[in-house]
Amino acid sequence: MAELFVEAGKIARARELARTAAQGVQGFIDRHSTVSIERTVLRLLGISGAGSRGAPLANLIVDRLQEAGVLHLGAAYWLGRALRAAPGKDPLQAIERIAAHPEKLPALQPAEEEQLREEMRSEARAAVRELRARVEERKERKARLRVGSFPGAPWKYVIVATGNIHDDVEQARAAAQQGADVIAVIRSTAQSLLDYVPHGATTEGFGGTYATQENFHIMREALDAESEKLRRYVHLTNYSSGLCMPEIAFMAAYERLDMLLNDAMYGILFRDINMQRTFCDQYFSRRICAFAEIIINTGEDNYITTADADEAAHTVIASQLINETFARLAGMKEELIGFGHSFEIDPAREDTLLREFAMAMMVRELFPKSPIKYMPPTKHKEGDIFFSHAYDVMADLVAITTGQGIQLLGMMTEAMHNPFLMDRYVALKSAAYVYRAARHLGDEVRFKPDGIVARRQQEVFDKALALLEEVAKDGMMAAIGKARFGDTARTADGGKGLDGVVEKGAGYFNPFLEILEGAG
Amino acid sequence: MSAEKEKHLIRPYGDRKDDGVVQLSFVLPVPCSEKAKEAAATVAKKLGLSHVLVSAMEKAGDDYSFFVVYGRTHMQLDYNAIEVPEVLHRKHGFDELNEAVRRDLGRRIVVVGACIGTDSHTTGIDAIMNMKGFAGDYGLERYPTFRAVNLGSQVEPEKLVDRAKEEGADAILVSKVVTQRDVHKEDARALIDAAKAAGIFEKTIFLFGGPRVDHKTALELGFDAGFGPGTKPSDVANYIYYRILERMGHPPAPQPTAHGTQDATVPATGEKLGETL
Repeated sequence: MAELFVEAGKIARARELARTAAQGVQGFIDRHSTVSIERTVLRLLGISGAGSRGAPLANLIVDRLQEAGVLHLGAAYWLGRALRAAPGKDPLQAIERIAAHPEKLPALQPAEEEQLREEMRSEARAAVRELRARVEERKERKARLRVGSFPGAPWKYVIVATGNIHDDVEQARAAAQQGADVIAVIRSTAQSLLDYVPHGATTEGFGGTYATQENFHIMREALDAESEKLRRYVHLTNYSSGLCMPEIAFMAAYERLDMLLNDAMYGILFRDINMQRTFCDQYFSRRICAFAEIIINTGEDNYITTADADEAAHTVIASQLINETFARLAGMKEELIGFGHSFEIDPAREDTLLREFAMAMMVRELFPKSPIKYMPPTKHKEGDIFFSHAYDVMADLVAITTGQGIQLLGMMTEAMHNPFLMDRYVALKSAAYVYRAARHLGDEVRFKPDGIVARRQQEVFDKALALLEEVAKDGMMAAIGKARFGDTARTADGGKGLDGVVEKGAGYFNPFLEILEGAG
Repeated sequence: MSAEKEKHLIRPYGDRKDDGVVQLSFVLPVPCSEKAKEAAATVAKKLGLSHVLVSAMEKAGDDYSFFVVYGRTHMQLDYNAIEVPEVLHRKHGFDELNEAVRRDLGRRIVVVGACIGTDSHTTGIDAIMNMKGFAGDYGLERYPTFRAVNLGSQVEPEKLVDRAKEEGADAILVSKVVTQRDVHKEDARALIDAAKAAGIFEKTIFLFGGPRVDHKTALELGFDAGFGPGTKPSDVANYIYYRILERMGHPPAPQPTAHGTQDATVPATGEKLGETL
């Protein structure tokens, strides 16, 4: 059951406004690149190693190019030139040689220039073919295994966060055996603020485990084995957010991850990452997700941590509509956009369950083809784990009744410590019970067209519409500057990572963008 | 005062006085089996429990079993021998505290807060500082007699100190959620060092909050107080108010407990402290 009590005309108007707002930024995105985008290009071209002190080669190369002031032509172009100037040399040395004195490089004849680009395009096509093969491998496995508890049941999503990838594997396997459909490996705290992706397998993290390509690989292999054993596909997700959105997207695509947290605004609002940087990075990362058929989860489930959830509910809707537009502009199909939202029940408020039904159904119905991601927030968790468990079970009921696609299961010990193995077990067991017990509840029940639920939807949507009117008029960047989202104000020149944004030159070259935009 | 207080012996209470019943849950890294069940009972017995009942053994993975176990403890303790610093103050309600601050200080109390170091978990600091507060208890921003500056997440200790100095803060409030490998302690020490270097250590009240923080640890780290889970904004507001009074020469501020500053016990004089000031 998911009933929508909002006029179709208002919804169409809201989408139009979200489009206007996002398109205002898209022009900027198209004119700029970032260090993370260029590093991703290099990684796609096979530059995956690390230097002697663990610094990724992609970083070392892009840093050289940026220092030399030539990044505006694109890393792919310079890699092509470097390899041409010093065939057979290792790429970093070749780049260092030309980046030392870029002005001394002899100009290429137009024919040579075109030949260089054609060579790199051919490399890029080969890389994309390899990536496609890996995506197909993932799809093939999923296609022949069972997915989810039963058709219509939300995928049960749980978190592992030991800091050690090998311990994570143990915990993930146990969770899968108890019915988890999605494993999220929480990242080490503040990884989002690193302007590089660490290299190799890692066994130490703070509050989570570093997202690295090798860690992705280790976990995916383990979950493949578990999926085959269980005859049920277990998805893997991670975080394409922070300063390395596109790089993580590439690594995830390559290592056959199924989903990624990826939001057009979350990093700006909650990690104080520069908005110019994030807008550019989200675009390229979503181009990769669109190609690799990775489901993104937008961040509105984490949105209302500061503001009153009841008063700020409309900002979730407005943000989802903006996220939708950005994702569509990056070529993503609706089926791949897992809008996030949260079970915003305030245990101290009367009829909070009805208000939650209103929100859950509205989000579900605004994006009927999308796999909505739903979760109970940590905000209301307390040390009374028995109460917390009751709180989480209520979220299970709303999730199954309103047809949410992916449910991040609450843990009764949340806000106390990383989930214990038994916490996950208890959450999975209860969710299975509630899903089973209430499987067809939603089909049987209807809400009154003039009741609390209907009125709540209308009230929230009207406020979302008003907010979008304002955002479309002022522009996205100005609206964020006025704290219209998540109660947090950010300026266009503030935050981390602005120095990693470069305006594209006339000859800017990114063969992957050509391919991905062509495919979209 | 008599040297020997009368003893007040207590045990955990299930449904009968002194039955000593406790409930436990834990995982053992072995598959479910009768042997595993006996192992779970053995855990309880080794903890000193008798009448052990393994009420649930569940498969929590191929190689893991989850247990719920009941047992009785025979230990007893003398409640009168439990030492907790006496609480001399009554906790003020919202309006009452505002009134008290106006009357006793005649100015606003300035509090600067942040999640320091790499910590990005602002739930705690937000719950205490932001307008909304939590569980129906208003945040510091809501108090007209407080000026609350929440710097948010991932603030370097030096920056927090600089800002506190700039604002003339009465109190600095830091929150740390991530505690792996004691990173919270390192950051806390860095804050205290920075405050000393900036010359504001003596005149500022330092509060440390977080799910794994307790008052004792906070004191060891050089803070004035530590606030653990369950602390309400009103606990923090009251604490700061009393601590400022204390520094002005009034009786000591109440010590935080796991649930913030304690509610009033009747003060020795039989008067509400607020009324005597």
